[in-house]
Amino acid sequence: MSTEAPAETVDVKGQNCPMPVIKTKGAFDSLGAGETLEVVATDSGSMSDIKGWADSTADAELLSQEETTEDGESVYKHYIQKVK
Amino acid sequence: MSTDITASADGQFSADDVDALVNRVDRLETELADLRSDVEDGPKKMVIIATKGTLDMAYPPLILASTAAAFGYQVTIFHTFWGLEILHEKNSKNLKLSSVGNPNMPVPNVIAALPGMDRMTTRMMQNKITDNDVASIEELIDVSLESGVDLQACQMTIDLLDYDEDDFYDGVTTGVGAASAFQEMVKADIQLLV
Repeated sequence: MSTEAPAETVDVKGQNCPMPVIKTKGAFDSLGAGETLEVVATDSGSMSDIKGWADSTADAELLSQEETTEDGESVYKHYIQKVK
Repeated sequence: MSTDITASADGQFSADDVDALVNRVDRLETELADLRSDVEDGPKKMVIIATKGTLDMAYPPLILASTAAAFGYQVTIFHTFWGLEILHEKNSKNLKLSSVGNPNMPVPNVIAALPGMDRMTTRMMQNKITDNDVASIEELIDVSLESGVDLQACQMTIDLLDYDEDDFYDGVTTGVGAASAFQEMVKADIQLLV
């Protein structure tokens, strides 16, 4: 889990590749330094895609990723911090 | 070149030689800094040439382009020939799948060639796209434009296929040709033909 409350949450449940990454990038750009973004997705590919995006983005640090189940459906949560 | 700078017999360099060397080092440092900034400065670039207008072939350029933009790339898609259909506001909503010549189709070619088969397979594909939460072509065009992707429509093929510039989505670049596409490709880190 993320140690601090996310400044913003992006809900991309029900959206598939490439939308989770694109919406993540859009929301990430409006974050302040040090703030954390929570991304909630149902696309299982988002685990690898958002990790890849964060790895390639200089000021993005992937704090954690988790898979949970909501109403019998897999939900993937990602926590990304803007480091500067 | 200053390769002719040599120590005199007593191992000493003349003041002129030292000056020449200092100048040369300065010049090389400037040159190196320029080269560095050429290589490192500015966003990376990707250029995709999109030539196909079937439903299945419309997706890869748009998905890659919008994804690359999210990775900070400056992206251009140059649409030519049937690739123009993707940017055509009306036609892009009715892109079709070709049943013939596609070995992945569940029907043999002789049946796939029957009238109405393309319509049927296209409808099946459209339903799968909706069921699988895959974005529509229109949505992908929107997010691509929003994330700064330059969607270009080749002027020669606009004229060739009797399209009008107003047929395309707002934000599409027209009036461009092979030379401008080529120029962008030369500067790009990734070039793809789809």
